[in-house]
Amino acid sequence: MTIELKNLTKRFGTLTAVDSVDLSIGDGEVLCLLGPSGCGKTTTLRMVAGLELATEGQVLLDDKDVTQRTARDRNVAMSFQFYALYPSLTVAENLAFPLHGEKLGKAEIDKRVAKISDTLQLGGILNRTPGQLAEGEKQRVAVGRSIIRDPTCFLFDEPLSRLDVQLREEMRGEIKLVLQDLSRPTVIVTHDQLEALTMADRIAVMRDGRIEQVDTPHNVFTRPNNLFVAGFIGTPQMNLLPATLVSAKESGIAEFAIDGGQSMTIEVDPRVTELSPGAKVTLGIRPRNLEISHEAIDGGLSTVIDMVEPMGAETLAHLSAGKHDLRLVTDWRVPLAEGDKVHTRFAPKTTHIFTEDEQVLRTP
Amino acid sequence: MARKHREIGKAGWGYTAVTTFVGFIYFFPVFWIILTAFKTRTDALAVPPKLFFTPTLDNFTSVFYRTSISTGNSQATDMGLYFFNSIFIAGTSVGLALIVGTLAAYAFSRYPLRGNDTYLFIILTTRMMPPIVVIIPIFLMFRLSGLAGSYWGIILLYTAFNIPFSVWLVKSFFDELNPEIEDAARIDGSTEGRVFFRFCIPQILAGLAATFVFGLILTWNEFLFALLLTGVETRTVPVAMARTMGGEVGVDYGLLAAIVTLFLIPIFFVTFLLQNQLLRGVTFGTVKK
Repeated sequence: MTIELKNLTKRFGTLTAVDSVDLSIGDGEVLCLLGPSGCGKTTTLRMVAGLELATEGQVLLDDKDVTQRTARDRNVAMSFQFYALYPSLTVAENLAFPLHGEKLGKAEIDKRVAKISDTLQLGGILNRTPGQLAEGEKQRVAVGRSIIRDPTCFLFDEPLSRLDVQLREEMRGEIKLVLQDLSRPTVIVTHDQLEALTMADRIAVMRDGRIEQVDTPHNVFTRPNNLFVAGFIGTPQMNLLPATLVSAKESGIAEFAIDGGQSMTIEVDPRVTELSPGAKVTLGIRPRNLEISHEAIDGGLSTVIDMVEPMGAETLAHLSAGKHDLRLVTDWRVPLAEGDKVHTRFAPKTTHIFTEDEQVLRTP
Repeated sequence: MARKHREIGKAGWGYTAVTTFVGFIYFFPVFWIILTAFKTRTDALAVPPKLFFTPTLDNFTSVFYRTSISTGNSQATDMGLYFFNSIFIAGTSVGLALIVGTLAAYAFSRYPLRGNDTYLFIILTTRMMPPIVVIIPIFLMFRLSGLAGSYWGIILLYTAFNIPFSVWLVKSFFDELNPEIEDAARIDGSTEGRVFFRFCIPQILAGLAATFVFGLILTWNEFLFALLLTGVETRTVPVAMARTMGGEVGVDYGLLAAIVTLFLIPIFFVTFLLQNQLLRGVTFGTVKK
């Protein structure tokens, strides 16, 4: 079973919510649509479900074109952000509801409900109504209701956004396990990158209705295609430093000047030689890839520590290099004090170069 | 915000006293009418007014059976018919308005048209002018179409009066619902009809009850159009009540008070029956989780 989206577009009046999205999701694959709010990810999901009809393009479920079919005829399962449990039905009735269309006997329905309630540990609450449930229980019932049938695909809209941190971690693992057993294409919409990074086989990062990058969680994190993905993925955020190329060697050793008169020499992607000296670039480096020392480093920057935020095992420090701020994450044992002058170096081969059109410059 | 809350059910004596006092002022006229209904004509007109007297049920009897002064014969009045008319006309028209209003409200809430708000506003404008302004055209329309004096005429008129109000009120209840539940039902294979009847309607029953009672109170008490557009057979209680004034021997206050007392009962009964729903209906959305 597969999901395929071809040139999928949705316009509301003059607003283009989803702009020519192409995606294909294989059997058993979990794809996360990740992006800031209003980027079109939920609209995309609703078009897959049939709750919104596409303005242009096609939705193919299991190679059948379902673009013009309503949700009822698509045989998809979906779990909603606010759970959408039927308030007047008990948990057991909620679970059984999707089966009503399938003309099953009562015994068969009971059997399936029992199986789901075993998997998700709902045994004790089957006779309660949604109003009597805690958030985590509601989430479990919502998941249970969406997996009780045997649909073409599973769709989750912000499945964990309403849970507290602890419960969220617990449910994340639980949903991941359930999804592994199901082996159906699954789409999860989320604005929480941690959720996407942990649960997805692939992540599609969206902005303003367009897909910016589709890749494995690891690649989205380590090889962002453009400035937006680089800045969006990762906490704390990647340092994005405007700079001017001074000189570059074939080996990838290059010298950059930053505002304020400092310059630094770092080892970057060899494609840097494609740029001519004087080119404006943005250098991207993760806070964990910055190295600091109290002694001067060859090719490094001299900076001042503005603020120190202990985060437990690690410490986040805000450095200023001239007009620019840099975030640095280091082991908690490294002594850092506000006002200290320290020298900072970008670790070799960890810096991403983004050209003026915001695209990355990288050897494939 | 740390604000100290009084324990529920434990308002201070000051609050209780003020509330009781205001409540008493509001309820006193009603209380006085009910008292008058049990008074003889002499007691009713006594100066100073009597608070203590020997109650009598004569007034209630004479609502339905009247002894003619000239002949001395006891004969049934039409008041029973008028009570039936009031209940039938108000119940039917408010019920019809609720059905039409609910369907319209669902459409306005879930399938907005281009210029949706304008349509809603236009619907409301029909209630903006004082009813007396339109009474002559409506009277002429009823005369020409032959609707004057018929049940259908007055029912249609009241239905038309109640629809704007029903649409607006019920729409606000639909707007409060979580549309995800409807989407979930669609995903789970429900038709649009099933989504509406099985999932939307049960969630707003309290709101529908509130809308029904408000409409019923307005229609129940309506006098002006009933006076002009009902006939002998379709007369409602407010009109009949007015006709008892200025009878053969001036205003019979005891009789009038008895009719008013009886007239209060059905509305009181319905309100009482639906009071839980009413409370939930008027506080809809404010107390949801």
